[in-house]
Amino acid sequence: MRHSKTFTVMQYLFAALIVFCTLSPFLWLFISSISYQKDLTAVPLRWIPKDITFERYADVFVNSGNDLAYSFRISMINSFIVSASVTLIALVIGGLAAHAIARFRFRFRQKLIYIFLFTYMIPSVVIVIPLYLLLNKAGLLDSKITLVLLDLTFAIPFVIWIMQSYFRLLSKDFYEAASIDGCSRFQMLLLIVVPLVRPGLIATGIFTFLLAWDEFFFSLLFTSSLDAKTISVAIAEFSGKNTVDYGMISTGGVLACLPPLIIAYAFQKFLVQGMTAGGVKE
Amino acid sequence: MKRMSDKTFAWLNIAPAILLVFGIVLFPLIQTFLYSLQNMELISDNKGQFVGLQNYAELLSDPDFWGSFGRTIYFSLASIAMELVLGLLIALLLNENIKGKTFLRTIIILPWAVPTIVNAAMWKWIYHPEYGALNAFLKQLHLISSYQSWLSSPWLAMQMVILADVWKMTPFVVIFILASLQMANKGVYEAASIDGAGLVRRFFVLTLPYLKPTLLVLLVMRTMESFKVFDLIYALTQGGPANGTMVLTYQAYLKAFANLQYSQGATISYLIAMMIVLLTVMYVRILKTEEEM
Repeated sequence: MRHSKTFTVMQYLFAALIVFCTLSPFLWLFISSISYQKDLTAVPLRWIPKDITFERYADVFVNSGNDLAYSFRISMINSFIVSASVTLIALVIGGLAAHAIARFRFRFRQKLIYIFLFTYMIPSVVIVIPLYLLLNKAGLLDSKITLVLLDLTFAIPFVIWIMQSYFRLLSKDFYEAASIDGCSRFQMLLLIVVPLVRPGLIATGIFTFLLAWDEFFFSLLFTSSLDAKTISVAIAEFSGKNTVDYGMISTGGVLACLPPLIIAYAFQKFLVQGMTAGGVKE
Repeated sequence: MKRMSDKTFAWLNIAPAILLVFGIVLFPLIQTFLYSLQNMELISDNKGQFVGLQNYAELLSDPDFWGSFGRTIYFSLASIAMELVLGLLIALLLNENIKGKTFLRTIIILPWAVPTIVNAAMWKWIYHPEYGALNAFLKQLHLISSYQSWLSSPWLAMQMVILADVWKMTPFVVIFILASLQMANKGVYEAASIDGAGLVRRFFVLTLPYLKPTLLVLLVMRTMESFKVFDLIYALTQGGPANGTMVLTYQAYLKAFANLQYSQGATISYLIAMMIVLLTVMYVRILKTEEEM
């Protein structure tokens, strides 16, 4: 379709505005992370710092005696361990459930889907008060395993909700053919179903990882030391303090963005499929 | 060996999910409800006493609760309205044949992938009253005459929180709408164009009705999410200044974990949960009618 020249010019102006608004906050975060504190607190602001330093990044990755950098590193490792465990467990347990729900007809099937949807939707604040009292009494606060278990309460329902729409696309013929070939049920799942829904599994896995990486509420309440504290909590804690090293927060911010950004960028195709699969179809 | 029935096999596969999820969620869900019917203030003498609906009555006659309720609604409405309008415009642009389309599509998703806390910390730094990039930028463009304290007046702080949310969540809306647009039948547009339907007319007669189901789903999904907003408030404003950004979840959190008023916290939580249930029911209805179409 052809448009007038004015319209085309407006389109490109709009596009330029989008690029600016999308990228400039990131850019500023990155510039802040490699600026010296004196440049960051200069008024009027110097957009391009006179000198740059990668010292803060180095501090995070090697033992430097900088407590803050050290706590960023450890909490980032914690975030990795927790998010990866949540993703793996949720994919296996949620995937099995989603497959059964999509493939077999049984009583309560429809109700079950909605109950899981509800579990995903309820705000964490509704369940945390008794959980806090209970876990506190049992001495299970501040552990990565507890955090993984808690995250699973929203990760598994999420996987079920999204994956069942993928499994429904599978034709019955596959199952019949496999059954005739003498496949057992688990062989069928492993050798036939899993390869067929691999794109869906990847997309759902990415999403679950991002959800777990972003999770804040449980981590805030249930972790306190570097044993289990996640990167979100470390950043929030630090940016709440009065005297603040803005450069270091920015560094932590850039690093905490990297895993989700890399993942989102690398798997963009799957991501878009996954985003729309669960929401648009039931 | 006798093969087990399909039904048994199905339940066997679902059992771990049920055990894990409901095992962890069910007890606290009931317990919180019981707390909301009890006197659980730690300082009180009659701790644990059953008080019926008194907590609900107290809360529903508390102006602070209604203040937070109103702000939660305002936050949701304002941010969702902006996200939908902006998201729609951006998606329409990315659906056109413009140069650099691929680049735009690649970068548009990035803000969405930023963890919420990083988003909040980043904007807090940008909004900084003395060293913030927003002040410097607006001043150098002569759009403001003096530096502003973006987060220190109640009304302005709320708008700034909304802005941070819009920055992060608009990409999500864009991706959804763009995916729908790409499934649209291009021929209809060509035909309408040949028939002399202008751009605006094509948008209102063809595009908008076509996108209606997607927009409805997005509307409900985003409403549910923004009703639960917590991380952003926690890291940007802590509900302040002067309660200007105090929303329901943050209030529930403060009551329970700062003031140790467990029953009040539990009661607010339950009221939020009921609103979410209503929204979920709406969501399911929309999906069902869409399937019938």
